[in-house]
Amino acid sequence: MRYSQKGMATEKNKNVAAGSGFVYLPLIAGWLVPGGGHFLLRKWGRGALLAASILGMFVLGLAMQGKIYASVHDILDLLGLVGDLGVGLLYVFSRMLGLGNVQVQVTTADYGTRFIVVAGLLNIIAAVDAHNLRTGRKS
Amino acid sequence: MGNWIFQPSHFAAVVLFALFASTVFGITMRETPRSMIRYGIYCFVLFVASAIALSWAMYFIAR
Repeated sequence: MRYSQKGMATEKNKNVAAGSGFVYLPLIAGWLVPGGGHFLLRKWGRGALLAASILGMFVLGLAMQGKIYASVHDILDLLGLVGDLGVGLLYVFSRMLGLGNVQVQVTTADYGTRFIVVAGLLNIIAAVDAHNLRTGRKS
Repeated sequence: MGNWIFQPSHFAAVVLFALFASTVFGITMRETPRSMIRYGIYCFVLFVASAIALSWAMYFIAR
């Protein structure tokens, strides 16, 4: 009798279970919308928690009068801009609405700026996690 | 954000930061729900404890 690997958690079967289609879609969706990649993969609970954490951090950063990087003057500004771009469409909407562009200086404004940057970095981690789920590298 | 300005204390800011970051770390770095929760709590405690330890270290250095 021939040995069959059907139904076993082999690498081949994992990839089959991950589905077909554009493999980078969860990655892109997760970057554009916090938690979007997980929602696309029907990981509702994980997606909701990720979205709540990233959105919460971003909104609190703005509420603390944090700055959203719009132009680059030095290497630190560039790193901040890259971090801000990590939140995807939120960055675009915030710029369109003129958020994060305040001149008011309060003591917590610097924390707010860091909150916004870290929200972007966390969103990139979440998007990569969605990609790993899609490829079957993670269950 | 309108006129609403959120001005937490330093410690409250650390706790909020730790809460959000730990949630994302827990979900993304582990595979099972149980290990996610455990790792999330571990990260949160580490964030807050290291902030408190460093704060006391700076307090004594400044004296």
